[in-house]
Amino acid sequence: MPLSALTGTRLRERRLALGLKQAELAQRVGISASYLNLIEHNRRRIADDLLTTMAQALDVPLATLQEGHAGQLVDGLRAAAAAVPGAAAEVERVEDLLGRFPGWSAALVELHDRSRALGRVVEVLNDRMAHDPHLSASLHEVLSAVSSVRTTAAILADTEDIDADWRARFHRNLHEDSERLAQGAEALVAYLDASGQGQDHTISTPQDEVESWAEACDWDLAHAEDIAQSPHLASAAGRVLAAGLQAQYATDLAAIPTPAFNSAMAAGADPLTLARSFGVPVLAAFRRMALRAGSGFGLLICDGSGTLTLRKAIAGFSPPRFGAACPLWPLFTALARPETPVEAVIALPGPQGARLRARAFAQVRYPGGFRGPELREAAMLLAPEPAGAEPALEVGPTCRICPRPACPARREPSILQG
Amino acid sequence: MPGRVLLIEDEPNIAEAIRFILSREGCEVVVEADGARALSRIADCAPDLVILDLMLPGMSGLEILSALRANPATLGLKVLMLTAKGQGRDREAAERAGVSAFMAKPFANAEMRAKVRALLEG
Repeated sequence: MPLSALTGTRLRERRLALGLKQAELAQRVGISASYLNLIEHNRRRIADDLLTTMAQALDVPLATLQEGHAGQLVDGLRAAAAAVPGAAAEVERVEDLLGRFPGWSAALVELHDRSRALGRVVEVLNDRMAHDPHLSASLHEVLSAVSSVRTTAAILADTEDIDADWRARFHRNLHEDSERLAQGAEALVAYLDASGQGQDHTISTPQDEVESWAEACDWDLAHAEDIAQSPHLASAAGRVLAAGLQAQYATDLAAIPTPAFNSAMAAGADPLTLARSFGVPVLAAFRRMALRAGSGFGLLICDGSGTLTLRKAIAGFSPPRFGAACPLWPLFTALARPETPVEAVIALPGPQGARLRARAFAQVRYPGGFRGPELREAAMLLAPEPAGAEPALEVGPTCRICPRPACPARREPSILQG
Repeated sequence: MPGRVLLIEDEPNIAEAIRFILSREGCEVVVEADGARALSRIADCAPDLVILDLMLPGMSGLEILSALRANPATLGLKVLMLTAKGQGRDREAAERAGVSAFMAKPFANAEMRAKVRALLEG
């Protein structure tokens, strides 16, 4: 990063290029020379109106004096300092540090960012170990087989006077358990090995496989890879889920054909008007809007327990892969109030946290007739929302990795605090 | 160490091995694989000790333990619970529910004999 990345340094460079003394420039803009000296050495922030006056006095466009990347580095350095409060970093001198050591500053910010990213990976893996039913079942199967092998082998080794029938029975059991152990270990290795092929080095579940398969065709599921042949669909469960999603996609496409859909969207249709126009459920309209090539919408769908059953990502928002999500999401508000549209602007945590418009809706089905059971399904359609006056609902991904310290809905402490 | 043991375990090969080990120690061992049927078997066979797997079909080991402790007739019945390593939370719940002892799978046969002896003779 060049030294001129900071406003004060840029001012100084421009003043020297014009051959002006500090006192001369200070007099022109109506401040003291000592104050200008502090500004030029990045020890005082410059107010917007003074910067405008400075730009006029130095005959340069305002934008050439404003901070760009440097401003992000200042935020990054402050975040790094806040992460290690015990170090008592001189936060008030952060701009001085950046001005004098821009390379070291950038390195510090990058290391802090990497540390946070690694923390998130650890959290995701921890979350998976605790909640992933597939991994838990695989480990239980292997552990049961190991227990049986150990006990049976010890009996055979330690019991000299064992009856011939018992011996034969235990030999057979050992053989069965060793086969079971081999199959369980293979399944576990395949399950874990799939994680190494992803960029985030985590583990894949059937739902992850389906999302990977859908993303490979940009959610244009009519042109997705053949389910039986796709390298993304490694498990039988993943292939079953993919087939169900593809069939639903075809139904939605037939109900809302592309030309009519494009006309409706061009006319400004929202999910409710789209559903009414085509006589389809609101959730079908949500899916039709989000699950198509080039769609800018994200989509989350959950069942009556709140478990996410479909995740189409949108920039800046990463829903948890396991465990419970943030209870403040409009998705769950809708889940509790079926057939009622819920709309809100939501803001994700952090200085660069995404601002999104969320529209959520829930439907109820009674597949068994009047006597139930009642099945609920809710969906939340997400779209980027520009900055504006509309207040945003502050939400997070899930408590464990949400840094909001005083959230009224917090279930458990965050690993990102202290 | 004579005594009647009801073994509630859904893994047939593990159940067979435990039955063999304890039978040679003089115990009468009755095996039940289904959690939902376990409570009625306890009423039928009046065991001196129940060896209870934590993860069972039909009804979990924790649910069975809670039912035993809620019934005055089985309130004091000794229960040895089989758990897997990593089931720390379940172990805590079992301790609160009044389990007599734990044993983690995979276990050594000598450990099984020692724990059962201690519970039957204690």
